[in-house]
Amino acid sequence: MHELSIAMGIVDAALDESQRRGVQVSAVHLRLGALSGVVKDALMFSWEVACQDTPPQGSQLIVEDVPVIVFCTQCQVERELPSVQLFACPECGAATMDIRQGKELEVFAIEVQEEEVRE
Amino acid sequence: MSEPRLVEVRRNVLKQNDVIAHALRSQFRAAGAFVVSLVSSPGSGKTTFLEKTLTQLQPRYRVAALVGDLATENDAVRLARSKAPVKQITTGTLCHLEAAMVQNALKDWNLHDLDFLFIENVGNLVCPSSYDLGENLRLVLMSVNEGEDKPLKFPTIFNSATLRL
Repeated sequence: MHELSIAMGIVDAALDESQRRGVQVSAVHLRLGALSGVVKDALMFSWEVACQDTPPQGSQLIVEDVPVIVFCTQCQVERELPSVQLFACPECGAATMDIRQGKELEVFAIEVQEEEVRE
Repeated sequence: MSEPRLVEVRRNVLKQNDVIAHALRSQFRAAGAFVVSLVSSPGSGKTTFLEKTLTQLQPRYRVAALVGDLATENDAVRLARSKAPVKQITTGTLCHLEAAMVQNALKDWNLHDLDFLFIENVGNLVCPSSYDLGENLRLVLMSVNEGEDKPLKFPTIFNSATLRL
């Protein structure tokens, strides 16, 4: 269970980005790879606690699941894996460890609320 | 108030750990120390394996070990029987080692005095997979009596390891 410290890392990143822009965060978009080693449910559960008493308090965490994509050297194309248990091309069955996507743990975007700038 | 606006930021959450791990890796390379981290479930034999490895490597190589646990110095005491320099990292309640803990534990060791450094992670097949420690290779151990289907149940750690024993 390391999701709380990861959630706190996400809060820090969102806070830093929003403070630099002088805006208020209303939602955080996260890209979460199937190989990131982070459990989505536990992360969602930790989010509220991690935000408490920080400016992103009450903001929403929106998680986009990122599937694993490997490169199959037999077929010479990238393939999406249906499961993380078997690293083999789902078409031809050739084993591969050439991982092209799926380790993401990235704050992709923040939704911000800006005050109208008065002239 | 205006409508909410989406701002693309693209920030890696574990960046802070990765930055420290990267610095450690450069430090290890510069000092000529080869670093192996060990992960497994609790009780699968990391410490036994490491104690024997340290003992067998010592006549020819300069070796040392860091060992992580939530509490106690028991493993450091066991590993010290090999006569190699050993330091225990106690994590309190944390289920894995992070690069900053390794950096901190190495503060008063001269890496130039080492050929091999072993880092034994906290016994856990889940959380350590997310944290780079700056190691050259990651070794995951399993023993059949803990369940022969461990690699199927915990694919992330087995896939992130360089060696599976």
